[in-house]
Amino acid sequence: MSRLLSSSIARKIAMALSGLFLMVFLLQHFLINITSVFSEAMFNEISHFMGTNPLVQFALQPVLIFGVIFHFVMGFVLEIQNRNARSVGYVQFKGNANSSWMSRNMIYSGGVVLLFLILHFYDFWVPEMTYKYVEFLPEDPSRYYEELVHKFHDPIRVGLYVVSFAFLSLHLLHGFSSSFQSVGANNKYTRSLKSFGTAYAIIVPLGFAFIALFHHLNTL
Amino acid sequence: MKLNLKIWRQKNATEKGSMVSYPIDNISPDMSFLEMIDALNNMLILRNEEPVAFDHDCREGICGMCSMFINGEAHGPDRNVTTCQLHMRKFKDGDTITIEPFRAKAFPVIRDLVVDRSSFDRVQQAGGFVSINTSGNTQDANAIPIEKNKADLAFDAAACIGCGACVATCKNSSAMLFVGAKVSQYALLPQGKVEATQRVQNMVAQMDLEGFGNCTNTGACEVECPKGISLENIARMNREYLSASLKG
Ligand code: HEM
Ligand code: SF4
Ligand code: FES
Repeated sequence: MSRLLSSSIARKIAMALSGLFLMVFLLQHFLINITSVFSEAMFNEISHFMGTNPLVQFALQPVLIFGVIFHFVMGFVLEIQNRNARSVGYVQFKGNANSSWMSRNMIYSGGVVLLFLILHFYDFWVPEMTYKYVEFLPEDPSRYYEELVHKFHDPIRVGLYVVSFAFLSLHLLHGFSSSFQSVGANNKYTRSLKSFGTAYAIIVPLGFAFIALFHHLNTL
Repeated sequence: MKLNLKIWRQKNATEKGSMVSYPIDNISPDMSFLEMIDALNNMLILRNEEPVAFDHDCREGICGMCSMFINGEAHGPDRNVTTCQLHMRKFKDGDTITIEPFRAKAFPVIRDLVVDRSSFDRVQQAGGFVSINTSGNTQDANAIPIEKNKADLAFDAAACIGCGACVATCKNSSAMLFVGAKVSQYALLPQGKVEATQRVQNMVAQMDLEGFGNCTNTGACEVECPKGISLENIARMNREYLSASLKG
């Protein structure tokens, strides 16, 4: 592994692949969650499947957790190396003249997303694991929707989620197209891909924020 | 024009430097930036002060020697020019202009605005060439037909003058645009294919060894590059590197 990631380009490609993987996961997560807005039964059915299917639970879930950890650890490693590459800073540095804020602050947008992920794991993942694998409570296929709605009753949690989604959007506004450039895909499709990436980076986080707000307002 | 210059002064590689203010008058808007520094140095010499050391050679945008980080940008506010091609008409009467050396761990300051860019030379020596027999029986270059668009792309990549603005302007001090251009210039041509696998691996290894940062694809290098070298060259280098690694 350390040999595999021994060069700067290898680390960049690994970073991009983990980012691409997380974006596929994020889309899948969004498509499942959005069903909760339309149909309680459908959301329960899919959640029950995801929560009890052994392939999802014991193969995909560990891969996902590894992917998340790999991505942010590598993000910190790259950031530290990059900071060390300039020991004396500039008195004046006009970053805005040549690059976007998002591209220069991936570590901060990513950092907020990381804090959110910790909260999110504490909110949903920890109770779920306790329910299934610690307390071994009997499976109730209709519990998922209620648990979701219950969580979004608290306005503070909803607020924190919405703010985090805004930072996720900033992260992906640069991250989407950046990951394709990193794996070497810069060609005649790049412009369309950039537009698609911008749409993804706005629509998916906005959709997640909408779901949280929808359930909050629905239970007032 | 009347200007207030704030210039980084540093006696040698080991001494700590600092910004020093120099008010200057009678600068013509038609002067190049380097001519303006020449005028300042004439003034300093008459006052028995040490002139400001800076790099320059061709003064026509082809050698890549002139550096300087001017008002927060490599080669100053103009686009697609080196500092020697920057004119004082890009500034206003009464402006304060901040002038710093290019900054990167791999570009240590030697004195004032002069930095040591020999790390670029070592990257070039690691693979930025095509080994050919020069014993007198070199074949005619036109004997190998090359697609027009490939030849153009190779030529665009070869326009890199190794100035280091990409490194200076990158928040990560990454040299990926420079190395990407040098790798691409050969990767696009049949003559370069022979040594392609080792070239990209050796050049990237040397780049990492010199302590340049990693690329975050901010695109700042492409904007500040005096020769308009495109980010596509970085993507091409990444592809070359990936396929070279798979070949082993
Ligand atoms: C759902 C969560 C996340 C997704 C979908 C995501 C996605 C991405 C993508 C696609 C990239 C671009 C990769 C490239 O430039 O090649 C990226 C870069 C980055 N991510 Fe994330 N990310 C997420 C969470 C995080 C977290 C929690 C951190 C923690 C600090 C983080 C830190 C970074 C950093 C620092 C970069 C820039 C790396 C570089 O190019 O030098 N990300 N991310
Ligand atoms: S890529 Fe552009 S900025 Fe970088 S060294 Fe070459 S000419 Fe200078
Ligand atoms: S002095 Fe040669 S490029 Fe400026």
